Amino acid sequence: MNPANYLYLAALLFTIGASGVLLRRNAIVLFMCVELMLNASNLALVTFSRMHGNLDGQILAFFTMVVAAAEVVVGLAIIVSIFRTRHSASVDDSNLMKL
Amino acid sequence: MTSTGEAVQFWVLAVVAVGGALGMLLMKKAVHSALCLAATMLALAVCYMAQGAVFLGVVQIVVYTGAIMMLFLFVVMLVGVSAADSLKEQLKGQRIAAVLCGLGFGVLLVAGLANAHLRDFTGLSEANAEGNVQGLARLIFTKYVWAFEVTGALLITAAVGAMVLTHREKVRAPLTQRQLAAQRVKDNIQVPPLPAPGVYARHNAVDVPALLPDGTVAEDSVMGTLRERGQVRDVSQEMLQRMAELEETTADWLGRPSSARPQVTGPRQALETVPTKDKEEAE
Amino acid sequence: MNSLIPLLVAAPLAGAALLLLGGRALDRFGHWIATALAALSFAFGLALFADMLGRDAEHRAVTEQLYSWIPVDGFQADVAFQLDQLSITFVLLITGVGTLIHLYSVGYMAHDERRRRFFAYLNLFLAAMLVLVLADNYLLLYVGWEGVGLASFLLIGFWQHKPSAATAAKKAFIVNRVGDMGLSIAIMLMFVEFGSFAFQPVFATAGDASEGKLTAIGLMLLLAACGKSAQVPLQSWLGDAMEGPTPVSALIHAATMVTAGVYLIVRSGAIFNLAPDAQTAVVVVGAVTLLFGAVVGCAKDDIKKALAGSTMSQIGYMIMAAGLGPIGYAFAIMHLVTHGFFKAGMFLGAGSVMHGMNDEVNMRHYGGLRKYMPVTFATFGLGYLAIIGFPGLSGFFSKDKIIEAAFAKGGTEGWILGLCALLGAAVTAFYMTRVMVLTFFGEKRWQPDAEGNDPHPHESPKSMTVPMVVLAFGSVFAGGLFVYGNSFLHWLEPVTGHAEGDSPLSPWTVTGLATACMLAGAALAWQMYGRSPVPVKPPVGSLLTRAARRDLLQDDFNHAVLVRPGTALAATLVWFDSRGLDGFVNGLAAAIGGISARLRRIQTGYVRTYALSMFGGTLVLVASTLLMRSV
Repeated sequence: MNPANYLYLAALLFTIGASGVLLRRNAIVLFMCVELMLNASNLALVTFSRMHGNLDGQILAFFTMVVAAAEVVVGLAIIVSIFRTRHSASVDDSNLMKL
Repeated sequence: MTSTGEAVQFWVLAVVAVGGALGMLLMKKAVHSALCLAATMLALAVCYMAQGAVFLGVVQIVVYTGAIMMLFLFVVMLVGVSAADSLKEQLKGQRIAAVLCGLGFGVLLVAGLANAHLRDFTGLSEANAEGNVQGLARLIFTKYVWAFEVTGALLITAAVGAMVLTHREKVRAPLTQRQLAAQRVKDNIQVPPLPAPGVYARHNAVDVPALLPDGTVAEDSVMGTLRERGQVRDVSQEMLQRMAELEETTADWLGRPSSARPQVTGPRQALETVPTKDKEEAE
Repeated sequence: MNSLIPLLVAAPLAGAALLLLGGRALDRFGHWIATALAALSFAFGLALFADMLGRDAEHRAVTEQLYSWIPVDGFQADVAFQLDQLSITFVLLITGVGTLIHLYSVGYMAHDERRRRFFAYLNLFLAAMLVLVLADNYLLLYVGWEGVGLASFLLIGFWQHKPSAATAAKKAFIVNRVGDMGLSIAIMLMFVEFGSFAFQPVFATAGDASEGKLTAIGLMLLLAACGKSAQVPLQSWLGDAMEGPTPVSALIHAATMVTAGVYLIVRSGAIFNLAPDAQTAVVVVGAVTLLFGAVVGCAKDDIKKALAGSTMSQIGYMIMAAGLGPIGYAFAIMHLVTHGFFKAGMFLGAGSVMHGMNDEVNMRHYGGLRKYMPVTFATFGLGYLAIIGFPGLSGFFSKDKIIEAAFAKGGTEGWILGLCALLGAAVTAFYMTRVMVLTFFGEKRWQPDAEGNDPHPHESPKSMTVPMVVLAFGSVFAGGLFVYGNSFLHWLEPVTGHAEGDSPLSPWTVTGLATACMLAGAALAWQMYGRSPVPVKPPVGSLLTRAARRDLLQDDFNHAVLVRPGTALAATLVWFDSRGLDGFVNGLAAAIGGISARLRRIQTGYVRTYALSMFGGTLVLVASTLLMRSV
């Protein structure tokens, strides 16, 4: 098997994640999809690391994880506070971003 | 080229990962999506380890699957575990456009990968010679030390931000139970305790409201959170139907003439909880 | 000796600066400083004149380079003065008559609280005029030219509290701007054509230029002269300029300002000689103005405006003579000088009359003043005799020479011009006799002034009568002195050149005709105004009279032809600006606003829509990147 298959897998997962962001309305599921996309890119980075024979790709994946953790913390806090005020976790219920 | 073992492992894991991802995408309930995603992440963790990123694999399991996904589940519980998305798309054309974009993007990525020169895999045996964790540590604390410090600052900021966002300022001390009771008597709105939820032969959960003597639902008997989520199970119809059947059976057994039986056609009159006041006004 | 030349200008200029900057400290004696400096300038002029007389004709013209003004490669402008026979003539006229007017103003403006300022402006006027006549290039001449315009603006509008004076000053300035434009264009044309605007190189190389270009330059110079000398069609400011104090009118009409146009044409003779078409235009302008001014002078009841019409007419004579070319240049200047004497004298006389009559200017309210103002009557009368060309007085000789020169032009042209000049002489005699009779003869028609005070005519103080007497002497004897042995002609000939035309009439015939015309005109006026009582209220009069009272409709003409289309143009431009340009801009804004309002609908506010557009954009970017790589 060619290790490049890992990259195809990453591309597939990334695409699924991206489609999920566009399709799902629940803010929590939306975040899960974002996490999936980040994971897909991590997989690609790990595979690149293996491809080039150095650990820089893994370092980058590591940092991605850190950033993802921070993002999830803040994002979920936002979801909670929105839910408190609007009693809904649907992103379609929040459309005040227009005039 | 990799070993056959790794190939087998890959195909298994790939099926699990993609299946999990699709499940996450397609499941109606958020909690199911979260579980599917956890499965995908576990599969990916094994993939990392298979590719020599042992440390990352462990981190993936501990941090992602262990911490982040649990955080997700926690929030899902907070928001309402059984709340399901309706499958009806509200934005016109969003679904078709999203699917088209996703397909196009996937095709582009795959085509880009297919065109790329991906034959030479060096492998990590050399880089991992003194151990994967040692290699990563060497890089993190030398070459990437600045980025590492910055991510530390980022995490602190995120933690503080989450606290600020979810923190609710209490402008006065919370009322004690005694104060609340005094307030209830003073307002004279609901002096006795709230009605308990309905407890029936088949239903004795907190999400089933009690019924009033006329057969209507006692709203106050269900907790506010459930009412807000729309997770109240109204069983009044079923109960009334069964009472009507019971009366019928009783009448048959006593041999009463049908004219003496109460006339019930369709749902019971009491169920159409129309206030008589409104009726008079309408007339 | 030549170093005195800049001092000629410097003296009055210093006076103006001193009086304007000196402040109230100079209020008590500032006018004497100004008069003394004007007299000093006259003294310098006399010294230079004496010095010039000591040299032979070929070496009389001198140039005094003061400093290099704008030294640029290919563009050399110097502040340099050229003193030749023509310049010194003007210098003596300007400073001489100017000094007398200063002296007169001391009495006339005695009670004006802004007297110091008035004298400062007078000095400025003299200085500007001296720069004009002494400049050795057109650019410096232009400086003087504008200075004269400025000073005339300040002086005509000196009584600025009167709206009429302020308007008159503005009118004079604006009309003069038209002429100034002509001069500036002429200077530019010269620079383009000759690469210089100094007199010497321009006149020396004038022959190399094509006649068309010279004609263009000549016509532009004529336009300039028309503005400054109040010739048709730019004559309208002169009558209104009477709003200024009377000494100013005397200064403008006799010594400065209006003579500048004549000077310009005579000075530029070398150009006009080579451009016959431009010369014809000059002659036509002169002849038309000659009759125009005379007709206006006949109808005016305001003594100063009647005299203004007369000035217009007399300058018309000069311009016509100047347009005749070498036949007439010298005579134009000669008439200018004699006119300077008698017109200054008459204006000062008119001022003296007004002084005695509570500033009344309407001649119909005068009458019988000769007994009350004997000196004024005598000097005014001598000026009168001089201007109508009474044999033996200065106007007789100078005007006679111009009429002769007009006939000497030859051909039909000569006849027309000569007859115009003769007709002008007759009309001149008519209106001047009218002024004389209405003012000094007949019964008293005095009217109380606005405050109900009856006038008590009295002779003016010495400071006013002395200049009048001096000028009267000039009016009587200057002409005879000039023609004696053709001395004036020979004096100017090295500068202007001279040519004898072939007149169809002998000089004596012309003289006889002119005298006859003069007598006829005077007799008619006496018949109309001396023999029968003059109505205090002006009769309605014929159509021509009414038109002449309105300055032959010149203002109406200007208003209809220039002001109204100008206003309409401005209104159109305003409309275009507010509707066209603003409309375009506003329309653009509205269009953008409308498009934005429609584009705004894309902004649904749903985060998934934004995510979709971001994702779509990423798709396009990735696709194009891959495409570019594959290409």
